[in-house]
Amino acid sequence: MTTTAQPCVLSIRGLSVDFPSRHGALQAVCNVSLDIAPGEILGIVGESGAGKSTVGAAITGLLQAPGHISAGEVRLSGDIIDARDVKAMRALRGKRVSTIFQDPLTSLNPLFTIERQLVDTIRTHLALSRSDARIEAVRQLEAVGIPEPARRVKNWPHEFSGGMRQRAVIALALCSQPELIVADEPTTALDVTVQAQILKLIKNLARERQVGVMLITHNMGVISQVTDRVAVMRAGEIVELNDTAAVLGNPCHEYSQALISVVPRGDIKLHRFPVSGAARNIDAAMQWLLERDMPQSSSQPEALVELRGVERVYGATGMFGGSARRAFKALHDVNLSIRPGEVMGLVGESGSGKSTIARVVAGLARPSSGQLIYGGKDVYAASLEDRQDIRRQTQMVFQDPYSSLNPQMRVGEIIMEPMIHFGLVKDKREAEPIMLELLKAVGLEPTVARRYPHAFSGGQRQRISIARTLASRPRFLICDEPTSALDVSIQAQILNLLKDLQENLSLTMLFISHDLPVVRQICDRVTVLQNGQICESSETEQLFKAPKHSYTASLLSMIPKMQTPEWIVKPSEIPSQSIC
Amino acid sequence: MTGFFLRRLLSVLPVMLMTAFLSFAAFHFIGDPLQNMVGPEATAQDRARLAAELGFDRPFYIQFFRFISSALHGDFGISTRVGRPVLDLILERLPATLELAILSFIFAMIAGVALGVVTALRPRSILSGFSLTVSLIAVSLPNFLIGIGLIYVFAVKLGWLPSFGRGDTVKIGWWTTGLLTKTGWQAIILPAISLATYQLTLILRLVRTEMLEVMHSDHIRFARARGLPDRLIYFSYALKNTMIPVVTVAGLQLGSIIAFAVVTETVFQWPGVGLLFINSIRFSDVPIMAAYLLIVSIIFVTINMVVDCVYYLLDPRLRTGGVVR
Repeated sequence: MTTTAQPCVLSIRGLSVDFPSRHGALQAVCNVSLDIAPGEILGIVGESGAGKSTVGAAITGLLQAPGHISAGEVRLSGDIIDARDVKAMRALRGKRVSTIFQDPLTSLNPLFTIERQLVDTIRTHLALSRSDARIEAVRQLEAVGIPEPARRVKNWPHEFSGGMRQRAVIALALCSQPELIVADEPTTALDVTVQAQILKLIKNLARERQVGVMLITHNMGVISQVTDRVAVMRAGEIVELNDTAAVLGNPCHEYSQALISVVPRGDIKLHRFPVSGAARNIDAAMQWLLERDMPQSSSQPEALVELRGVERVYGATGMFGGSARRAFKALHDVNLSIRPGEVMGLVGESGSGKSTIARVVAGLARPSSGQLIYGGKDVYAASLEDRQDIRRQTQMVFQDPYSSLNPQMRVGEIIMEPMIHFGLVKDKREAEPIMLELLKAVGLEPTVARRYPHAFSGGQRQRISIARTLASRPRFLICDEPTSALDVSIQAQILNLLKDLQENLSLTMLFISHDLPVVRQICDRVTVLQNGQICESSETEQLFKAPKHSYTASLLSMIPKMQTPEWIVKPSEIPSQSIC
Repeated sequence: MTGFFLRRLLSVLPVMLMTAFLSFAAFHFIGDPLQNMVGPEATAQDRARLAAELGFDRPFYIQFFRFISSALHGDFGISTRVGRPVLDLILERLPATLELAILSFIFAMIAGVALGVVTALRPRSILSGFSLTVSLIAVSLPNFLIGIGLIYVFAVKLGWLPSFGRGDTVKIGWWTTGLLTKTGWQAIILPAISLATYQLTLILRLVRTEMLEVMHSDHIRFARARGLPDRLIYFSYALKNTMIPVVTVAGLQLGSIIAFAVVTETVFQWPGVGLLFINSIRFSDVPIMAAYLLIVSIIFVTINMVVDCVYYLLDPRLRTGGVVR
């Protein structure tokens, strides 16, 4: 931005942030320098732990103790700001620098109306009377595109949808007319359609009001769509900073190259996800896992799992019937069949009923009407023994690897538990070698068995979860957003692992995701869900190339697209035997 | 709101019926009420006559039905010890207990919430360390010991406050109050503090942990990022979120303060219902015990209902039947 004479909104020189601890100081941010011009959107991209958010927190003086700025200077429109001056920082926060956080569902105080929160914020920064502040609040809501702002301003946060809440958050951030906005993963928690709207809003507001925006994200698609320039961070340092087109099209640093190349591609189907670094050798064809009770080929049913006319109603029962008005139909007449050995994708926005289907298929939620058929048997009409067996064969990989492992159990115990519970082994002694084999199959060292889950990263935990599901010798895996909590490079590894296991063990899989590029890579067929109804169910490539339903088409058009740069290898050049 | 309230009210009925049954059955099957009444030299004929007179020869369910219907008419029978109607005895003493309980509850709430906020926001201040240590000591000691300690220091050694009784009282209708006279106030201070120690500690620690948690939540972080003044964040934005669990616990505590002020009342010879209950146990005065249990359960149920209504006012998510996240 040296071509214009305008002063930079934000100018950082040699910023370092230290987190002192007993084992010496951890440098979370190291010698970072960057500038943001008015109306410019600068993206900061990197994997978790790269220090992206710490840069944002350092500017606003909201570093978590004991973190502190150890070197460098931050200038806001030319004025040096000092994070140690608590009073000055408070006067600055909201007034000159605003922050937008990741999760709109938790960013608003649930016990105060939108109006109260806006009015309090406006009156903190602008000398307005209460009634003028109310008028200003309505105006701000209108500016961020909330319909009927005069009425909606009286609402409570829980009466807003996720996208509307993020709009309200943006209104709160903008109502003091700041010079700079730090947006920390502003759309990560939102659906693709809403994400596209919010990004457009941020872009328009930046241009119109000449506000500088620091957009922190891990999503390359978001970066390529809205940012003017991008800084790639790794381990607290900026490894590359340039115009967005230049970084994506011709990355100089090898880390940028790696980061861009692991992004799942929405444009073509590859056999495997590209992984940065050497691929692990996975010997999943274990004897024990293959010893499954295979059904006789003569009685092999057309579909392994089938939903017939399934409906599911929530909250219809009340002791005095008064809550009937709250009854909510999550699924309407859903018919779905999953063939043995196939990977069925399930996509849709949040609230469309994806997770309800997962719960019904897993037997965790009983359909209000309709049938769940497993291997030709009606699950709820089957004998107790059959049901127990179906339960063993159906296993689930959950979304959040941090809460789906019991923190009080050692990894080894976690994995052995299903084997012992389902009586697949006689005792612990017999289970142990199998457990070690399973750990090896998911790419973990045998030593991890003695440790507790907290010692592991998100990706490693998800491997442990997968090993646990395998321990009951499943035929059918339900993966509910298994990688949405993980970094892209880890995501690719986990997805490859799932795919290898699926192929080697001929598992059947229901793969739920909101990430369409991922779905395209891993699924054989895809079902699109909207408001509890199935819009479309077809072969993956057909669905992506020629969607039949208009909703599918609009969903596809909303994916933040990253033009796959030419320097990334063509699919034909990817070695087919990359498993080893 | 009305629908919600009516539904809550209806769900109370089975609870009340169940407690009535339990308190009636307990005293019906445990011990023989006739034994205390007729004396050792009574003949079998005397016993049978008295049993017929009092309806003890009727089947159990009929007796229970009569117990319920007369209770609904405000008739809990006659005390076997004093020979006066049970309801009169209890109503006479209820004001003393209620005044003591409510005063100590208000004290515990105000001091507990204030100290809880201070200890959460300024964990390193002298006041925080002091109140956390003292409250821990206070809660570890048995309640009667605190009462005796208070009497020893303030009544015996310093002679500032009376050690027992209620002081002078004023009658307003059937309610006797000690809060309109100087001696009444002097008399209530020590038992109220003694009764409040436990609740105070509980509320202090609860407010503190909740506050610490709320201060780390996203919406508080966002409120700070918007530059809102600390006073507004602490005492409005954060405190309101803190109060939801506190209200539950405080409500249950108020119930138990009223119901189980027995120890404090005994130590300070406070003429309340608790003391009446203790004396009744000594003489196995069944009608009083049954009525006392019933009244205690009414108090608990009422408080629970009030707590639910306070929730309703505090948390807008309940009002619209939205999903609480």
